[in-house]
Amino acid sequence: MASLISAAAPPGTIIEMTGIRKVYDTGKVKVEALKGIDLSVSRGEFVAVVGPSGSGKSTLMNLLGCLDTPTEGVYRIGGETVAGLTRDRLADVRNRRVGFVFQAFNLLPQISAFENVEMPLVFGGVPVKRRRERAAEVLERVGLGDRMDHKPTELSGGQMQRVAIARALAMDPDIVLADEPTGNLDTTSGSDIMGIFLDLAAQGRTLVVITHDLALARRAGRIVEIRDGKIVRDVPAAEAA
Amino acid sequence: MNARVIFRLFLQSARLAGKRAVLTIAAIAWGTVAIVLLLAFGEGLRLQLDKNRRSMGENIAVIWPGETTKPWKGIPPGRSIRVTADDVPYIAERMPELSAVIGEVTSWRTNLTYGKKTVNGRVIGTNVVYGEVRKHYPKEGGRFLVPTDETERRRVVFLGDELAADVFGKEDPVGKTLLVNNNAFTVVGVMQKKIQMGMYGGPDAGHAVIPITTFKALFGRDRLNVFVIQVAKPEEMPAALKHLGEVLGPKLGFDPTDERVFGTWDTVKSSKTMGNMLIGIQIFLGIIGALTLLIGGVGVANIMYAVVKERTREIGVKMALGARASWISGPFVLEGLVYTLVGGMAGLALSILIVTALGFVPTAGNKALEFMGKPTLSLPIGIATAGILGAVGLLAGYFPARRAAAIDPATTLRYE
Repeated sequence: MASLISAAAPPGTIIEMTGIRKVYDTGKVKVEALKGIDLSVSRGEFVAVVGPSGSGKSTLMNLLGCLDTPTEGVYRIGGETVAGLTRDRLADVRNRRVGFVFQAFNLLPQISAFENVEMPLVFGGVPVKRRRERAAEVLERVGLGDRMDHKPTELSGGQMQRVAIARALAMDPDIVLADEPTGNLDTTSGSDIMGIFLDLAAQGRTLVVITHDLALARRAGRIVEIRDGKIVRDVPAAEAA
Repeated sequence: MNARVIFRLFLQSARLAGKRAVLTIAAIAWGTVAIVLLLAFGEGLRLQLDKNRRSMGENIAVIWPGETTKPWKGIPPGRSIRVTADDVPYIAERMPELSAVIGEVTSWRTNLTYGKKTVNGRVIGTNVVYGEVRKHYPKEGGRFLVPTDETERRRVVFLGDELAADVFGKEDPVGKTLLVNNNAFTVVGVMQKKIQMGMYGGPDAGHAVIPITTFKALFGRDRLNVFVIQVAKPEEMPAALKHLGEVLGPKLGFDPTDERVFGTWDTVKSSKTMGNMLIGIQIFLGIIGALTLLIGGVGVANIMYAVVKERTREIGVKMALGARASWISGPFVLEGLVYTLVGGMAGLALSILIVTALGFVPTAGNKALEFMGKPTLSLPIGIATAGILGAVGLLAGYFPARRAAAIDPATTLRYE
């Protein structure tokens, strides 16, 4: 069980951001979305990133997930420096090191839950047999072992998000990045998903969750608050009340 | 690994494209039909014109004796040159490189009478090889002139098919007696119908051919109106024409370098010109066809752009999950190619059907259609079409694919 191996691994720094700035150049106007972020996340931590809209949370998420590169500063994920990588190398880093969970689920609608989960494994070049085993395994883990052949449209919101979590876990990434994972869900499904995240945290999975949901944020191990592109608070969740 | 991933992604995404795919494929098929039919028409035209051109004779030059334009041994220019029937064997003997020499004497508006019917026709006195060189092939039951006809000055006549029909109507002329200026001739053969493009004096179908020796006995002259030389290979013609001046100059009294003594129609040269023109027509037709096909290609590209736009989020998700740019663009290129190739195949099949069907349309009797020939398919047409199809397909897939690969996952995933 790959996840148990990473859970057993000794704690270390997985994410290390130093002096990160991100400037969006829209021609006439330059928007500085992040104004110098220093952040480090250790293996097994459950971090909630909170802040009002427009604070730079999404930009931070894009940088953490290697969807974008910083204008300035050093970002290392799992000891690998992200700066200066080609688009394809960046894609490989995302594939191996980052698992995404989106607010809008972002499952591919025309293929089954199983094929959705299989997709990152296809990109990672995992052999067919191992791929099938792994996809089934992670779907079992999120409790959808009996829904594998359903298309996303045949699933409820909570089930879709569970498929998305299974997909995020498929490649056994260094971190799971979730952007408002309960934002599109009703309360029941939301707490259901929250439960899965807590389970994952308990198993030693490194989680970074961007959220408005204070209930979810409080149950994380650590809360990082962003305002105007800067980190204004970074405390253990217990103190954040 | 790369190719397998691309193919797998292609299969997944192509599943939904059904109806759109059919329409696109139809557009490509139509473009293919257009290009293949145009090229096939051009090829048919080329083959037919080539055949028409050759029906007068291959690798020949037609030469009209004229006047000198240079002084020669004290004689001033402007002297008329006289070539007679005796010069024909003289040339043949001294120019072994020629495959044939023939002389022609013409009697215009000669009375040709059979029974009560008299027709004014053209009578050519010539050598026996004329039949081969000028492609006067006899219809079944007849023959062309033979050597003994010439040596024994026989009164035999070979008729062009239209002249024969004029004089004899529906009767078979072979073996019948035809009066040529009131002298009885036996008809030995009638020419097979042929489509003739080049001619001098008039169409072969409208004249009567008799031995040159008989002509001399009958009309009292053997000064050639025209003579024809034939070489084995087209490239030998220029040297042969130069040599001809050297052979005839001293005998007939003109400067061998005087090129304008003879009016020369070098059919080798003019067929080259026509060949170039036909290639030009082919290219022109090909371009029209290619443009039609290109419109189909634009259709494919257009639809694929729409697909890219529609699947922007999906592409962004795949990129977030670690798909490389080529895994995103590959399936689109493949899709464009598959549409184009499937459409091309359908179009090709349809074209073959149409060309085959056109082959059954009767053209006999219609001069214009006979002259143009029938659309013909050939390997070069297939290769050209396949090449253009492939290029259109690649381009149709390439541009949308490039746009797909340029999608920025960060911005795509942000908007709801």
